[in-house]
Amino acid sequence: MKQSVFTVIKNEPLTETVFRMTLCGDTAAITAPGQFVNIALDGQYLRRPISVCDLEGDRLTVIYKAVGRGTAQMARMLPGVKLDLLTGLGNGYDLSKSGEKPLLLGGGVGVPPLYLLARKLIEQGKSVSVIIGFNTKNEVFSEDEFRSLGADVTVTTADGSYGVKGFVTDALPREYTYFYTCGPEPMLKAVYRATVTEGQFSFEERMGCGFGACMGCSCKTVTGYKRICRDGPVLEKGEILWNA
Amino acid sequence: MERLKTELCNITLDNPVIPASGTFGFGREFAELYDINILGTFSFKGTTLKPRFGNPTPRIAECASGMLNAVGLQNPGVEAVIAGELPRMKKYFHKPVMANVSGFSVADYAATCELLDREEQIGWLEVNISCPNVHGGGMSFGTDPEAAAEVTRAVKAVTKKPVIIKLSPNVTDIVSIAKACEEAGADGISLINTLLGMRIDLRSRRPVLANITGGLSGPAVFPVALRMVYQVAGAVNIPVIGMGGVSSAEDVIEMMLAGAVAVEVGAANLTDPYACRKIIDELPGVMDRYGIGTLRDIIGAAHK
Repeated sequence: MKQSVFTVIKNEPLTETVFRMTLCGDTAAITAPGQFVNIALDGQYLRRPISVCDLEGDRLTVIYKAVGRGTAQMARMLPGVKLDLLTGLGNGYDLSKSGEKPLLLGGGVGVPPLYLLARKLIEQGKSVSVIIGFNTKNEVFSEDEFRSLGADVTVTTADGSYGVKGFVTDALPREYTYFYTCGPEPMLKAVYRATVTEGQFSFEERMGCGFGACMGCSCKTVTGYKRICRDGPVLEKGEILWNA
Repeated sequence: MERLKTELCNITLDNPVIPASGTFGFGREFAELYDINILGTFSFKGTTLKPRFGNPTPRIAECASGMLNAVGLQNPGVEAVIAGELPRMKKYFHKPVMANVSGFSVADYAATCELLDREEQIGWLEVNISCPNVHGGGMSFGTDPEAAAEVTRAVKAVTKKPVIIKLSPNVTDIVSIAKACEEAGADGISLINTLLGMRIDLRSRRPVLANITGGLSGPAVFPVALRMVYQVAGAVNIPVIGMGGVSSAEDVIEMMLAGAVAVEVGAANLTDPYACRKIIDELPGVMDRYGIGTLRDIIGAAHK
């Protein structure tokens, strides 16, 4: 983990409520796709944990949805704004287990962390399939970006207004060696049931500190109690215990 | 630095800054960031006789100038603390540490403290009779003078270490509780634990916290905490540790003026992992600005 000041380079809307922010700063502490940063915002007491979408040298990209006061404040930020970030938080995805044909499944704002993952896997020569799900056509983002990487991309929408009608689990390919997923909990549960290989899930939880001190985001797993912020957010399929 | 030193139950602290229990774990996450031996000491994660997972999530909610938590005393249990955490801690913290203890019965408190009493690394026992987030224990001991005195006597009977009782602000007369603890043999008082609060989500129309209520901490509680520290310090003859929303060197000095001999820093550690180091670094400059030679000189000055 590292605390440092980043500068906003770009902050643009991707949909009505989803924004992409590019920041410039010391990214050295970020070691794996699926990690997150924790952003301090003036006037908000707690930091905002947001997953890393992409990373290139000193450039860091995050994609976030404006849902509350903090993210709405972020959406209004202009280039040049300085932000205090904790970087390199969480375990991130383990790429070594992917096999040759990994499948990436993302839903809504669970899609962004899969981007850096897809890029890294493709750089390793893997044949990557990506299925990204949204509620409706005008909420779709990142499709072209995944295609530009060379991934095989399928988009699903719950109302059928774009791509395959249904959920990401309605578009599963016949063959894949492993999977990685991130999205809302109902989607993760559906993925857990529908997938036939091992895989990794990234979880979301309300956090206090984001670095393992407060026990605010603990969950029970097959291998004991884990802190989503520190021992997660990525858990292996075999260790998940779903809440009743 | 001599001018920052203070005494806590006959142990000298290099400075009055003590990370509060529940916001600093067993120190490990912070020791990776800076040398935590610069601290006065720290109060480790509230420990119970048996391991506890705590409450379901969400356990955290935000509010103006603060936060609510309903962690519910997640901890590995006293045996795992003694067998695992304390030996690990030896490698990165070389000062006497403060053990924070919680329980669900008088016997629980005594049994946990008796086990911790044998541990050389522990300088003080901070007995939490004020956790608002557990049922059938915790705060119920801290809201009644008789029950508070009973826990104090039971713990004093099993340990030679200084016993500091951590009080709840969720009472009408905190002075009567503090005095009951003093009369029962407490060596010190720490206050305040969190204030009971809640938030409701407008979209779901449900409480944000799975536990419904949680403990409020952060700068929002500072004036309440300061008032209670002032009242208690003015009424007892044992050392008082002040806490509640402390986030700056100025806050530390304010607490000491109210009568605290040392000051715990809680929620600030969660929003800035370097908060305690910054406070310690800034103390001398802030003391200069207000004409303070040594911190010892100002303890309780607001009472004069």
